Amino acid sequence: MAEQKRIDEATGTSTVGHEWDGIEELDTPMPRWWLWTFYATIVWGLAYVVLYPAWPMIDSATKGVLGWSSRGDLAKEMAADARRRAPTVNAIATTAITDLPAKPELMQAAVQGGGAAFRVHCVQCHGAGGAGVKNLYPSLTDDDWLWGGDLASIQYTVTHGIRNPDHKETRTSQMPAFGRDGILDAGQISDVVSFVRTISRQERASASSARGATLFADNCAVCHGAGGEGGRQVGAPKLTDAIWLYGGDRASLTATINQPRNGVMPRWGGRLDPVTIKMLSAYVYSLGGGEKGLAPAAEGAGADGQP
Amino acid sequence: MDSLLAKAGGWFALALLALVMAALAVDAPFAVHMVIIALASLIALWATLMRADYQRIARGLLKMPGNEGVYDDDPIRWGVIATLFWGVAGMAAGLYIALQLAFPALNLNLEYTTFGRLRPLHTSAVIFAFGGNALIATSFYVVQRTCRARLAFPTLARFVFWGYQLFIVLAATGYLMGVTAAKEYAEPEWYVDLWLTIVWVAYLVVFVGTIVKRREPHIYVANWFYLSFIVTIAMLHIVNNLSMPASLLGSKSYAAFAGVQDALTQWWYGHNAVGFFLTAGFLAMMYYFVPKQAERPVYSYRLSIIHFWSLIFLYIWAGPHHLHYTALPDWAQTLGMVFSVILWMPSWGGMINGLMTLNGAWDKIRTDPIIRMMVMALAFYGMSTFEGPMMSIKWVNSMSHYTDWTIGHVHSGALGWNGMITFACVYYLVPRLWGRPRLYSLRMVNWHFWLATVGIVFYAASMWVAGIMQGLMWREYGADGYLVYSFAESVAAMHPMYLIRAAGGAMYLAGFLIMIVNVWATLAGKVRAERPMTETPYNAVADRPLTPVPAE
Repeated sequence: MAEQKRIDEATGTSTVGHEWDGIEELDTPMPRWWLWTFYATIVWGLAYVVLYPAWPMIDSATKGVLGWSSRGDLAKEMAADARRRAPTVNAIATTAITDLPAKPELMQAAVQGGGAAFRVHCVQCHGAGGAGVKNLYPSLTDDDWLWGGDLASIQYTVTHGIRNPDHKETRTSQMPAFGRDGILDAGQISDVVSFVRTISRQERASASSARGATLFADNCAVCHGAGGEGGRQVGAPKLTDAIWLYGGDRASLTATINQPRNGVMPRWGGRLDPVTIKMLSAYVYSLGGGEKGLAPAAEGAGADGQP
Repeated sequence: MDSLLAKAGGWFALALLALVMAALAVDAPFAVHMVIIALASLIALWATLMRADYQRIARGLLKMPGNEGVYDDDPIRWGVIATLFWGVAGMAAGLYIALQLAFPALNLNLEYTTFGRLRPLHTSAVIFAFGGNALIATSFYVVQRTCRARLAFPTLARFVFWGYQLFIVLAATGYLMGVTAAKEYAEPEWYVDLWLTIVWVAYLVVFVGTIVKRREPHIYVANWFYLSFIVTIAMLHIVNNLSMPASLLGSKSYAAFAGVQDALTQWWYGHNAVGFFLTAGFLAMMYYFVPKQAERPVYSYRLSIIHFWSLIFLYIWAGPHHLHYTALPDWAQTLGMVFSVILWMPSWGGMINGLMTLNGAWDKIRTDPIIRMMVMALAFYGMSTFEGPMMSIKWVNSMSHYTDWTIGHVHSGALGWNGMITFACVYYLVPRLWGRPRLYSLRMVNWHFWLATVGIVFYAASMWVAGIMQGLMWREYGADGYLVYSFAESVAAMHPMYLIRAAGGAMYLAGFLIMIVNVWATLAGKVRAERPMTETPYNAVADRPLTPVPAE
């Protein structure tokens, strides 16, 4: 290699004079547009670090001439939105949930807000639109309610949850594990299944279902009702319709009687504010199966102070 | 003979030590890793004892040329093969997890094949195994030729190659077994990190040693970039992986940093892995192979100086832009954003220098598919180094953050820039390293080029749409002031985009498989009879000046 500058023919530019493994370098000046854009970004950067929080000092950083901060910005936006929504939110807060349907505009606003909260907090189990998940979580779109489908009952369920072990007011009940704990033997369970499938019109009456009827009356009717019509005081599902949370075929019913799930739902009282819970309840109520409310006086009438 | 005995004894002792560690291990993955190390030591022992035999096998299997040549090219040949091998593995893993996102059942309900374990396998395989081997191989090739000197420490260079492969194997098997330090792109646990540190320092020694014994008065620009890549990666790797093992016989460790400090350290590392591994390192490749393939001088020496120093000075500060709108203090977010935006022009300096090097040889884009790949690589480099600063602006980031736009951005850089430039360099290297007249087929290179390009377009475009759609859906408020969409709805909306992305990835992988066939055939010494890439008609009779013929 030799320090030899030459003029490159194709470009007419001089080389720098170095050469490595046949590679030379041209002495082209830096493109002006490149250089000036580079300068411009530097100038912009200098201005930005004066205007916005930038320079770390001993125990904090410069605040910037504009006084902007990301948390302050968020607080401002949230406050502005809260002000905008205040009339509606306050109106919902001061209206008893049972009175909401009488004020269609307020009800509509509550359903909208509840839908948004539902999409964040509830869809994970109950599915987008509240249709539930087969064999896991109940649908909220039908009129088959475990714990009651009027506004006040829904609000109570959302607030206190279902089977929260550390919460006194929670809705709770426990179906015994008839098979696992040896309360009924396999043959008896099979008979009960036959009976349940008979009252739900899935099977014809048989000797097995006749035996099951007696077992049902002794073991199940206390919660599920004499005819299997269900009992909302204890969240016992209706057994006479076609709606099955954990499946209505023989295998599923046998599994359920053998070892029930006793499903759990979190309580939202500690996590969401009362207005949001009210709106959530209104949304769930509006999904299709909402029931005309019992008189609010009915609240607190159930066992354990439950409605 | 004594030295042979000492070497063999050393390998044997190491194998024994690893087996003892395996026996005493407190968790199964650590035991598996120690067994792997013991096996590696035993293979090294066998190679030591069977020196001559082993050389012959390498010549036979990999068709390596027998002559030693002027330069020490054996580790480079291995590196080229390792690049291709890990490339297939990494890209196939990527395609598989892309399909998992569209069809979650492909998790197979096995812990080893869940997205969470295959994803780091994919990223590490393509960045560190495919990209890393390409960088090590090309750096050894370039530094010898631009310094006019053989590699400084030949034995150490071989250790670097094999040590790096062991690192890859330990990292990859660890991911599958669920061993992770839970740091993105730095998932390997403490003992693998320590091993990589040793290998990397050896790499630095070989590289600097070769530069020191150079026969050229100046250090070529490619070597500045390689050196900055090696030095900075060493620093990033060590600082980000500072941790305390829970047990010296177990795979679990705890990071030295916690909370937002840990996050900042992680993204200082993470972004500079992009900056110094995928940018500086690959720019080094570009600075040698583009002028060589184009047979043109580098466009501007001055630009290369300014953009090199501004790039490495600015890049190191840009990491905090990964943590916009988080617990990171505002001043640090400002720092990340400002440096990222100023980084725009220094990044483009490399693109300008690469593209403008073709001044006087633009016609080669028409006739030379390797040049075509290089140009496409530089175009994607320019595009993603514009996109990056743009996404670092908080206003843009508030929408793009956490969306698949980021994935699209990374892949337009990784597939477009890193992948394409690596393919081009390997196509350049293979005939030269194996002493073949030319590649088996240039037309297959052309097929590879088009499959890869169209694949990237599918990939990047679908991820732009997907990312912007996600960002808009997540922040969509209705007139009543409430969120319009649930997260699950945005996931469902992604499905068609995921399918398009997987199709793009499949095309890219298909192109790569064509490359494997092409390289394999070239190694085997075959030359495909095919029409040349250009058909410019040439009429020798007409190709002369018209001079009036004097009457006689």
